[in-house]
Amino acid sequence: MSAAAPSEPPAASAVASDGSGPVVELRDVVATLGNFPALSGTTMHVDQGEIVLLRGPNGAGKTTLLRLCAGLVPVVRGTATILGHDLTVDRERVRPHVGLLGHQNGLYADLTVGENVRFWGSTVGATTIEIESAMERMGVADRLESVPVSKLSAGQKRRTALAALVARRARLWLLDEPHAGLDQRARDELDEILTQASQSGATVLVASHELDRAESLATRTIDLIAGHAGSESDR
Amino acid sequence: MSTWRVGWLIARKDLRIEWRSRVITNQVLPFAFVTMVIFGIALDANTDVLELVAPGLVWLATMFSLLLLVQRAFSVEADDGALDAMRVAGVDARGIFLGKAIGLVVQLLVLEVLLLCAAMVLYGETIRLDGVVLLVTTMVSATCGLAAVGTLYGGLAAGSKGRETLLPLLTLPAVAPVLIGATRAVESALGTGVAELSEGWQWVSLLTVFAVVFGVGGALAFGPLIDE
Repeated sequence: MSAAAPSEPPAASAVASDGSGPVVELRDVVATLGNFPALSGTTMHVDQGEIVLLRGPNGAGKTTLLRLCAGLVPVVRGTATILGHDLTVDRERVRPHVGLLGHQNGLYADLTVGENVRFWGSTVGATTIEIESAMERMGVADRLESVPVSKLSAGQKRRTALAALVARRARLWLLDEPHAGLDQRARDELDEILTQASQSGATVLVASHELDRAESLATRTIDLIAGHAGSESDR
Repeated sequence: MSTWRVGWLIARKDLRIEWRSRVITNQVLPFAFVTMVIFGIALDANTDVLELVAPGLVWLATMFSLLLLVQRAFSVEADDGALDAMRVAGVDARGIFLGKAIGLVVQLLVLEVLLLCAAMVLYGETIRLDGVVLLVTTMVSATCGLAAVGTLYGGLAAGSKGRETLLPLLTLPAVAPVLIGATRAVESALGTGVAELSEGWQWVSLLTVFAVVFGVGGALAFGPLIDE
């Protein structure tokens, strides 16, 4: 897998949202945070089922890149195609298929695990079976289902948030430092969950400082340096 | 998924959270009651004066409590990044607005009923039977307007620095027409001073127009506001 050549831009229509083309296609993307250029001409692409690790020092633009792919940071210049949709004009069609798990989990502390996952699943019209299956898959069904999120450990909260992503049928998972705050066992479980998700067709983009762990998980790494996607390596 | 369905999901979720956390019973209600008592003390506990100004004091206490409720409604979303997650998930922004507003309407109505009871006890206010319809209509229309403004500015302030101070600065001037209209309408409903029952319905019309304008405008503006 390599960065797309600038001279051969794939037509957006060819990058089908049915998973037959790149899930993420960025071409010379510029994005700013205020007046600060967070991404300055980033070009990269990610195919379906890949687990791609974004590496780079603090301030390299990893979080901005993830938030841009989620439609939370506007594209100032360049083209960004996510799941076959142009992010600059069709952001609303991209969003329902994207799940962003940043430093926060997007959970409601006063609701139980089951209520949280059901709520997020319901926002996209997921069926009860899909929601139950998501909780089973992430290991938060049964014993944990009726526990308030405020009483969970950091690892259990992460698993609940991932169950919500699965219940929402997210096809592109954007994870920012997903291992942060987790103990050894929870990290192993998270890696297993991400591998399973990838095998079942989800595409995972991970920004992490824990390189040993993330590198062993990823199928490919992309180095981000000062807002540029630099070298890539397959695994 | 339809806007109404999303609105229902969010309102149900918000009310469940409030029911569990007991913030309204443990913090907002005591705050509102203390406000009513302080008004009484500030006016020298003169029952004649208090009876006259009771409708205005009830709505003032409601507005101050509205600020707490709105801040609470959006801090629940901001604490663990749920509002961002909703934006990423492409949840219909009009549905979010509707759901948040419905949640606020329910909480405010409960609060207003209790504040009216407090006004009867503390200020010697009485409720006329022939004014009940006007009183209920006023409460519903004024509450819808307050909830719409609160949700709109709550969403705007949610992503801003200094949101605790920004929210009252934005909200209080905007709800001034509700304070005036609701106070006059309740005065008519309760027969306070020389107010006639029939005069109250004109104010209800104003409150309804206000609620519709901010409800429709807020629903349309909410998406771009929380996206910025």
